[in-house]
Amino acid sequence: MKLKHFTYLFCLVLLVASCRKEPQPLPQEETRVTAEPNAVVKGFYLVNEGNMNMNKASLDYLDLVTGVYKRNLYSQVNPEVTKGLGDVGNDIAIYGAKLYVVVNVSNKVEVLNAKSGKRIGQIDLNNCRYITFNNGKAYVSSYLGKVGDANAPNGIVAEIDTTSLTISRMVEVGRQPEEMAVVNGKLYVANSGGYSPPNYENTLSVIDLNSFKEEKRIPIAINLHRVKADKYGDLYITSRGDYYNIPSKLFVFDTNTNQIKKTFDLATSNLAIDDDLAYIYSTEWNYLKGENTISYHMVDIKNEVLLDRKFITDGTEKNIKIPYGIAVNRANKDVYVTDAKDYVTPGRLHCYNAQGRLKWSVTTGDIPAHIAFTN
Amino acid sequence: MVKKSLALLKGNGAFVFFCFTIWLAYLQPKHSFAQNLDTSKVTQLKEVRINEYRLSRQNLSPAALQILTAADLKRINSLSVADAVRYFSGVQLKDYGGIGGLKTVNIRSMGTNHTAVFYDGIALGNAQNGQVDLGKYSLDNLEEIALLSGQNNELLQPAKAYAAASAIYLRTKTPSFTEGKNYTLSANFKTGDFGLINPSVTYQLQLNQQISASLSTEYLKANGRYKFRYTNGVYDTTAVRNNGDLERFRVETGIFGKLKNEGEWRAQLYASTSARGLPGAIVANRFDYNQRIWDRDLFIQGNVKQPLNDKLALLLNAKLSHNYTRFVDPEYVTINGFLDNRFNEREGYFSAALSYQLNKFWTTAFSTDYQYQDLDANIYRFAYPNRHTFLNVLSAAIKTDRLEVQGNLLSTTVIDQVQLYGSGGNKQIFSPTVLFSYKVLPKANLRLRGFYKDIFRMPTFNDLYYTFIGNTLLKPEFTKQYDIGLTYFKPFKSAKLLPLELQADVYYNQVKDKIIAQPGANLIRWIMYNIGRVDIKGLELNAKSGFKIGEDMIVGTSLNYTYQQALDVTSVTDDNYRHQIPYIPKHSGSFLTKIDYKNWKLNYSFIYTGARYNQKANIIYNYMEPWYTHDAAIGYQFKIAKQSLNLNAEVNNVLNQYYDVIPNFPMPGRNYRITLNFKI
Repeated sequence: MKLKHFTYLFCLVLLVASCRKEPQPLPQEETRVTAEPNAVVKGFYLVNEGNMNMNKASLDYLDLVTGVYKRNLYSQVNPEVTKGLGDVGNDIAIYGAKLYVVVNVSNKVEVLNAKSGKRIGQIDLNNCRYITFNNGKAYVSSYLGKVGDANAPNGIVAEIDTTSLTISRMVEVGRQPEEMAVVNGKLYVANSGGYSPPNYENTLSVIDLNSFKEEKRIPIAINLHRVKADKYGDLYITSRGDYYNIPSKLFVFDTNTNQIKKTFDLATSNLAIDDDLAYIYSTEWNYLKGENTISYHMVDIKNEVLLDRKFITDGTEKNIKIPYGIAVNRANKDVYVTDAKDYVTPGRLHCYNAQGRLKWSVTTGDIPAHIAFTN
Repeated sequence: MVKKSLALLKGNGAFVFFCFTIWLAYLQPKHSFAQNLDTSKVTQLKEVRINEYRLSRQNLSPAALQILTAADLKRINSLSVADAVRYFSGVQLKDYGGIGGLKTVNIRSMGTNHTAVFYDGIALGNAQNGQVDLGKYSLDNLEEIALLSGQNNELLQPAKAYAAASAIYLRTKTPSFTEGKNYTLSANFKTGDFGLINPSVTYQLQLNQQISASLSTEYLKANGRYKFRYTNGVYDTTAVRNNGDLERFRVETGIFGKLKNEGEWRAQLYASTSARGLPGAIVANRFDYNQRIWDRDLFIQGNVKQPLNDKLALLLNAKLSHNYTRFVDPEYVTINGFLDNRFNEREGYFSAALSYQLNKFWTTAFSTDYQYQDLDANIYRFAYPNRHTFLNVLSAAIKTDRLEVQGNLLSTTVIDQVQLYGSGGNKQIFSPTVLFSYKVLPKANLRLRGFYKDIFRMPTFNDLYYTFIGNTLLKPEFTKQYDIGLTYFKPFKSAKLLPLELQADVYYNQVKDKIIAQPGANLIRWIMYNIGRVDIKGLELNAKSGFKIGEDMIVGTSLNYTYQQALDVTSVTDDNYRHQIPYIPKHSGSFLTKIDYKNWKLNYSFIYTGARYNQKANIIYNYMEPWYTHDAAIGYQFKIAKQSLNLNAEVNNVLNQYYDVIPNFPMPGRNYRITLNFKI
């Protein structure tokens, strides 16, 4: 009988020993796309947002020259960082030799070596959203101005010194600020007010970068999101609308006159500007059909007219379930569009050539979203 | 990597089987041991034994039935109903960790919303999200927890009991008195880790021959702090869980009456109020949270059960309830201050059931239920929905010595109304069920059983109407269940062996039009769709037996094992086509040993949940390690001046394994609890 007890004990010990593996950093996976040995733009980083609470923000890198796509690079290069890149990667940018990743729920801006992806440091900032740069400084928008103050619904923009990686100044803007753009020493910030529907914000904050004071708030439309500057001193600003009665729109704003120059009745989820073209996609919910309507457009930003031209011409856009990120290669005019699919499965990155034909596709992390080109 | 993990799964499967074999072998030698006993003594004991061991309800039930009684609940390491149901097979507990964390169950992979929870025969409703948080229900006043995969085979029951894919029945204690005493008083005090202070008192009073009353009340306070650890082999971080504090007060009172012809009635009131922190996901750079929740649950319910004559019996049930929830998020600052959502849900319910015995073999029954639910919330663009549900069911059963067959047809009529915006409209659905149990051999207690059940769940108010997310075009989510199984009961001639009870079931379930959140109106928000399809194949094994050592020691053991293959078959074009759905392990099981020796009670339990994925794609980035906990408890009972005193000490997660059930919501490591019970 005793022997049987031992057998049983042994059985348990075996169970304990056999089931859980030694913990290891999450692996990096490599896939290949078409190599371009003569590529001018050498490559880009892509941040996958990861679904909220899953702590699955991840960083991928595509080497355009060799065609090697590295998936989940961060955990391999920086295994010592507790819980990795974090929860919901919301923006990415390269400035100088550094790569910045804004991780929204993790309340941090990660600073990495732009070549190796090796971590240099981090800047803590609650509910941070987007990042932009000017003159050795990074500007990061944040939803949460003061922690624990019920009477402080306004957001802020933090100015970060890119050498010391510390916050040097802060300025209060509107509620739930989103994207920003710098034109002629002024920072333009899109205020959304998304936390208090139907009382959305409808203004663009203008901040003088010398004094770091908010100069004015200019009414544009409700629930602003994107702000992209073109080379003619104009801003392309999107309004999300109220998702019910007021539709999403695209505005052209003249920073010289502080006036809206042109309004496109064009639902715009996201856009990328390259040379004289804006590449636009939109996802709109249709109540009657109970499904999303997805569309792709191009705007001539010199003449500010909607073009008939499409940046996907071979019909492969039907394979994109939810376009979620867009970027244009300034050298060869390839267009990169990400597909977030259902948010909870790995997404896809598609590359279209200048003629709008699909060049290649590759599997990414969850919710591929933001792209930053190297060099 | 994926391949490697699959190999690992296979290994575990073989291993569980191995364990099962060992377990059987473990019981075997006792048999030979018993044979050495004095034969006359055995024969003598045998007489007693036959009376003692009646066939269990589990053995007779056509649907898989698992039961934990008050005696079990008292000694297994559990604080709430959620902890206790972990011991059942076929159950996946979704546990966000800590005492106040949300705990819901998913039975046979069909999803949490397909499980109905009954409190003394009447369903606990939640029209808002369709899920019952089992962590809220204390074990203190419970007589029994029963889990039915399928449905109860009683005919005289509310139509609601036919209307869910599976059901958990919580039965509260009815007053019972010892000779010559007209009251019972039981006082409990629990304390331990997480800053737990948990006193409770139950008082039962016999008012006269027909009527008795009970009052049960409980207070629970805990700071909810515990250590957790995350590591990837390079970083290794240990921290303390914050914002897991909880304070809860519960009071329950009931009046229980007897009527002539063995009729009975009862009326109950249940009230509970709680304030707690909402511990958030432990993600990079962020371990601390400050969101808070307040709950108030109140219901009154009653029933009357009266045989009208030899053939006719009546059962009436009624309930009124009000649930209030408030959620405050200090990190979400609106123009009116912190996000402060308040929800008020009201429910009225009435049910009448009549059963009629046509002849010796044949019984029919008719049940009709009406339920009204509404929800009020202070959120933007809220629809203020209400719902009228009419359930009518006609059932019939044939029962002979060896065969039991039961069938029923349920009609569900749902009328949704909203004060603002669009409504989900009306629904009319018919759902059939057939169950059987057949005694295969005239002598042996071996029964073949099975059922087919076609049922659905309605989209919840959140699915339909929640601002931005809700989709009023949603259809109900349907499930089809096919189950076939064996039950075996064998009492042994030897007094040294306790009867062997076995239940084995294989099943095939289909879920279609599964309600799933998908990216919707815009890219920040989600919307609900009816798109999922899941194919589920499963196997459940439950075995129970035990033996005596000497005169005073009784060892009881039970083993549960579950195999589940739950595949996402939504679309062939999806990358995750035929991948195992999130949070469903292929292998899971539990093992329980209890030893009674004189005044001592010893308990050991082992719970195992195999590897699983936390998102749809079965890839390394979504892989979750298996977890298994060893729990042990020791109890000592003694009497002081006719009053009995019970002392129980528990150690949970003995090996201090750090694990997550839901990723980034860490579970506690090793922790201790002491219970003192005093009974007059």
